[in-house]
Amino acid sequence: MIDGTGMPQSAVLLGGTSEIGLAIAEELASRRLERLLLAGRNQRGLDEARDRLLRAGIGNAVTATCDVTRASDVSALPAVALEALGVVDLLVVAVGDLGTADLTELDTDRVFEMFAANTGGPAAAMIGFAATMVRQGYGRIVVLSSVAGLRVRRANFVYGAGKAGLDGFSLGLAEALEGTGVGVTLVRPGFVRTRMTAGLPEAPLSCEASQVAQAVVRALEQRSGVVYVPSALQPAFGILRLLPRSLFAKVTR
Amino acid sequence: MTGLGSGRARGTARARQAGEEVRLLTGWGRAGWTAATVAVPADGAEAEKAVRRTAETGGTILPRGLGRSYGDAAQNAGGTVVDLTRCDRIVSFDAAGGLLRAEAGLSIGALLRWSIPRGWFVPVTPGTRHVTLGGALAADVHGKNHHRDGSFARFVRSFRIAAPAGTAEITPEGDPDAFWATAGGMGLTGVVIEVTLELIPIETAFMSVDTERAPDIGTCMEMLARGDGRYRYSVAWVDCLHRSRRGTLGRSVLTRANHAGEDDLSQSGVKVADPLAFSPREVVRLPLAPPARLVSRTGAALFNELWYRRAPRRREGEIQPVGTYFHPLDAVGSWNLAYGPPGFTQYQFVVPNGSEDVVGRAVSLLADRRMPSLLAVLKRFGPGDPSPLAFPAPGWTLALDLPLGIEGLSRLLDEIDVMVADAGGRVYLAKDSRLRPGLVERMYPRLDEWRSVRRRMDPGGVLVSDLGRRLGLCGAPQPSAGRAAAAGAGAAAGAGALAGSQR
Repeated sequence: MIDGTGMPQSAVLLGGTSEIGLAIAEELASRRLERLLLAGRNQRGLDEARDRLLRAGIGNAVTATCDVTRASDVSALPAVALEALGVVDLLVVAVGDLGTADLTELDTDRVFEMFAANTGGPAAAMIGFAATMVRQGYGRIVVLSSVAGLRVRRANFVYGAGKAGLDGFSLGLAEALEGTGVGVTLVRPGFVRTRMTAGLPEAPLSCEASQVAQAVVRALEQRSGVVYVPSALQPAFGILRLLPRSLFAKVTR
Repeated sequence: MTGLGSGRARGTARARQAGEEVRLLTGWGRAGWTAATVAVPADGAEAEKAVRRTAETGGTILPRGLGRSYGDAAQNAGGTVVDLTRCDRIVSFDAAGGLLRAEAGLSIGALLRWSIPRGWFVPVTPGTRHVTLGGALAADVHGKNHHRDGSFARFVRSFRIAAPAGTAEITPEGDPDAFWATAGGMGLTGVVIEVTLELIPIETAFMSVDTERAPDIGTCMEMLARGDGRYRYSVAWVDCLHRSRRGTLGRSVLTRANHAGEDDLSQSGVKVADPLAFSPREVVRLPLAPPARLVSRTGAALFNELWYRRAPRRREGEIQPVGTYFHPLDAVGSWNLAYGPPGFTQYQFVVPNGSEDVVGRAVSLLADRRMPSLLAVLKRFGPGDPSPLAFPAPGWTLALDLPLGIEGLSRLLDEIDVMVADAGGRVYLAKDSRLRPGLVERMYPRLDEWRSVRRRMDPGGVLVSDLGRRLGLCGAPQPSAGRAAAAGAGAAAGAGALAGSQR
């Protein structure tokens, strides 16, 4: 169950090796989280993540291989999760593929793949778990979007466009789920220092995965629908979104 | 592929019957909302049928009254909830022994409107009269007279319960196990349909109230322990925010009372046309949920200050209507909305006599961390009753409302929980929405005993609540809808993709 403070007892982490996702899992394990399913593509990485969480004191952690870009993997996952956890209180969607924005590297397959990883796969997983949670009569979905999707910029336009799609999908799903007992929390971090962003020039207002995790727990406590990490990004993007295109391109180059 | 389906009705454990609908339910604390199929039987026979049907179709079910449990005790996500508030008839009354037979959905408020003019009062009432008899039995509620009279179930002579194992009339003599597993059993042994309750005679609808102030929590507890014998009803309101210049904490107002006789009325000079007239009114009502919390630290401190200043240093024999003394908050309708969207919790614990220091430490922690608590209620308990899940035990209970979503609150309450458990105390299940599940076995050491009686009454685990699931009261988690969903989606390719070890 999810308790009165918004804390779940069981969770699925889609993107089971994601640093942000695992930071969220650790934070939740220090509260009420007892059972966790790590789902992801890389079985060895999942095993390592699971062992780390078990050492950190989580009661029960299991893994499932799931390639989010494969429809059959995604559609099977809710049943696998129910089998492993009994109920799914929380789904954390923490998958993403920063890929490339270099025209010489982008081709048809690569764009298909990036949209599947950033938009199609996560959205499909959310729909599958939403159906499970509606049957349960409750549940919560935390989805990692990005400020990159609020206004797409040249430097990561395929990733940003994918996140923009996921962001809009999540807001719509949240509305569609009203009255079912199932809620959606949309997380919009800025530049988070992780493996995915290693070597990239750091953007202003960057933060650590642990800060995102703390913000997510706060959002669950507050039942917030949308959360920016750090929170200063909300007013910043309020302005950035209004800039004329040419000026926006210059500012964010 | 699984679909969301059309609307939220689809996918509940069984086909809905006429008159049932899927609704979002929450507790009085408005903290967690879950969806369930709500059935509203018109009488006991219909309620019984709902239990039988659910047991046959493999679903789950839970009784619900007026929803005044603060947490998730009256919710059953994905299952069926039987709302008993239409089963509210008085069946019979035996004026010789004061024995009232009524349907379980009758509220204490409705009962008092009927009984007070006839010269009878409920033997135990919680701080609100908006609770049903069934709910009062399920939570085995206590009142300001616990130090003298014990809790509600002690005055229940028998009840009729529809359990999956069968419907039966239960008395404490005939089947003590089933009786005391149901008293305090939080609705998890069956749906109580009718209750026989012993009422107490009164001469007037008024109380003779003595009010005193105590400068700190220690003095307050001494005064309570010393003087409680003279009063049938006794309670203290404690300010958990204020620290005096000398550093003392927990200034309090003690209000202790007995039922006023006709002599008390005439001596005090109070003139009433009918000493047994009872017409409690709601003075105001919050019309809708405000978008943000109205309870702030400053507001709470100010309110507590006014409450303390308003109270006389000492006043004896004040005549108050019963509603004013017992149910002051009922004058404000929907007051729970003031806590805003994340909701609130009423944190209530008991510690045994000899562990008075835990009360002091809890008050001090709450004050130090500046938690915005309105008045806390402190009371001395007498002996608990034989229920394996009885909350009261000889000692001290403190209850306070706290808005959820405050930074640091969760960990602070976790900390106090451990102090309480270490002292051999417990938190009250009817109020809880956030206890760490690992502590429940320590706080309720007779849980296994209760489980085994429950298994006899409900062998298939048909009675399920969110509270029970969350704390593992009934044993391992039993997701009703979850099982069905797994079977439905199991045909999808790759369902066996689960890898790795399960520990």
